[in-house]
Amino acid sequence: MTQFQHFLAIVAGGLSAAAVALSLVTPFETALVLKAFLLLGVASMLRFIVPLGLWVDGAFALLGAVAVLTTINVFSPIPPFFWMALVAAWLFSWLFVERLSKALAPRLGDNAGLGLLIPVVFGMTLLVAWEVVTRGANVPQVILPPPSMIGARIASSLGLLWIDFQQTFLKAVLAGYALGCGLGFLVAILIDRSPFLKSGLLPLGNFVSALPIVGVAPIMVMWFGFDWQSKAAVVVIMTFFPMLVNTVAGLNAASAIERDLMRTYAASYWQTLLKLRLPAAGPFIFNALKINSTLALIGAIVAEFFGSPVAGMGFRISAEIGRMNVDMVWAEIAMAALAGSVFYGVVALIERGVTFWHPSMRGA
Amino acid sequence: MKRAIPILTILIALVVVWYLAAIALNAPWQNDVYRRGDVTNVPLTQFIADTWNQEKPVLPTPHQVAEELWNSTVMVAPNKPRSLLFHAWVTFSATGLGFALGSVLGIALAVLIVHSEAMNRSLMPWIVASQTIPILALAPLIVVIGFNLFTGTIGMPTDPARLLSKAIISAYLSFFPVAVGMVKGLRSPEAIQLDLMHTYSASANQTFWKLRWPAAMPFLFASLKVGVAASLVGAIVGELPTGAVAGLGARLLAGSYYSQTVQIWSALVAASILAALLVLAVGLVEKLVNRAMGARPA
Repeated sequence: MTQFQHFLAIVAGGLSAAAVALSLVTPFETALVLKAFLLLGVASMLRFIVPLGLWVDGAFALLGAVAVLTTINVFSPIPPFFWMALVAAWLFSWLFVERLSKALAPRLGDNAGLGLLIPVVFGMTLLVAWEVVTRGANVPQVILPPPSMIGARIASSLGLLWIDFQQTFLKAVLAGYALGCGLGFLVAILIDRSPFLKSGLLPLGNFVSALPIVGVAPIMVMWFGFDWQSKAAVVVIMTFFPMLVNTVAGLNAASAIERDLMRTYAASYWQTLLKLRLPAAGPFIFNALKINSTLALIGAIVAEFFGSPVAGMGFRISAEIGRMNVDMVWAEIAMAALAGSVFYGVVALIERGVTFWHPSMRGA
Repeated sequence: MKRAIPILTILIALVVVWYLAAIALNAPWQNDVYRRGDVTNVPLTQFIADTWNQEKPVLPTPHQVAEELWNSTVMVAPNKPRSLLFHAWVTFSATGLGFALGSVLGIALAVLIVHSEAMNRSLMPWIVASQTIPILALAPLIVVIGFNLFTGTIGMPTDPARLLSKAIISAYLSFFPVAVGMVKGLRSPEAIQLDLMHTYSASANQTFWKLRWPAAMPFLFASLKVGVAASLVGAIVGELPTGAVAGLGARLLAGSYYSQTVQIWSALVAASILAALLVLAVGLVEKLVNRAMGARPA
């Protein structure tokens, strides 16, 4: 174990011991799991005589999470040793992650499954702490509802969430994304033949992508009405320029020697384009597709803040904030996060299949 | 100069298309006006001039936007809510504060990630995943909650509380590109360079300040440019929820409520100018830093 891990182990064990000392005043029958966890935490100090495996620390972290989650309702004013137990549980999970990543470090690559465990443990720890702190410290629901409440809200309003998802994602985002990316791609191929247009449009395209384009949302709402068409229009404008700039850069990616080879084959412009330059542009095009997948969702949601029919993720977020139903807002955000991540993941998977030959893919 | 000609040509073409589109888009309303006023046989030139000078056009023409910009910046005292400079300043202050916070946070996280394998493995996937989340969806929530928290629990006066709650969004949006760029930059020294530092028996601190940090500078400035643009978007979106009365975002929203198209367009142009100035400013700092570090001009 490294110095830092020793330090973590001492603090976790010491904290458990202090918590045990503080908890002696409360009757023994209450919070048995919590006390068991704390006692085991003290026992973990044994590691300085007999080394403990890293999975033991994982078990400690899990037990700690279960203990604080199940005993949170036992105390009415939360005693200090409860918070110490929470911190100890966090420290054990940190220690576990630290040791696991050290153990995995030498053999990168062949441990994808175990490597995945680390971010998952981190996320779970965060969720447990969020739940325990919001419920234990009586944080007003208006400020931050606990995850369990958000989960319950998601489960109870699936129908509403589905309607919003349809309105925002299936209609506005997908239509705008397809149209914007398609137009950007076509225009890039069109201007590719004219160096004049290229040198004129590219700086403008780079400039426009730094501008706050979401600002056009009110104009689009005025032009195309309140329904999803105006949101799709915002998405088209937002996704057009990244696609244009990336595709033009990608079309130049094929090296001169490869183009010369095509010429010696007497290949026509279109043959060169289809068989050499477009495949070579693949990584760039997919880069734009990935950037746009998140931009599209953002654009559609923000555009709904400027007016929309009574459905849609952005509409629901702004409406429920006004009524201080923050759990519904978080439910929508969770949905948006899920939709955004899945959309991104799907594009990344397609990329892996299509541009498998590229060096950036072969390594992964 | 060689690059300027194509850009100017395209810009002029855009303006021409804009004027033509204004005729087409504003024509139905103009015809309505003529019908109601029983005006017939309008000459074409008069018709075109009328479509270009409507009170609430569907598409305002460039000269209308420019006129509104001129009227609301130069002709008004900059401390009046009529003035766009006032609104731009409100947005800029939130952007600047958020950008500073986000950059510092991003750099600090990058340093931690580069130095701790556990941090790298547990934080990095979440930082990347957070980019696939439409973070702006959180903006109204954070602004409202932050505002209530700062004024209620902490007892801050209204104006700083509003500024800070908007700056949080800006910080959140700018921290991601900075963190990712910095991680890449701090890892950019090659093994052979690190080995050289090792043979000099340089300490971890010296390796960091003399090799990793300078090597990360180009990456840092590239991501700062992205980050400052993202900050501005964050500040503008942070001004959308009800309650904000000042700022370019509030101006956009007000214009959208009252169908003041010219006002929307002028706020939009002001936002674009602000974005361009911010990116230029970062570029300027980059040049100064490069010169101070003795980089050769590329």
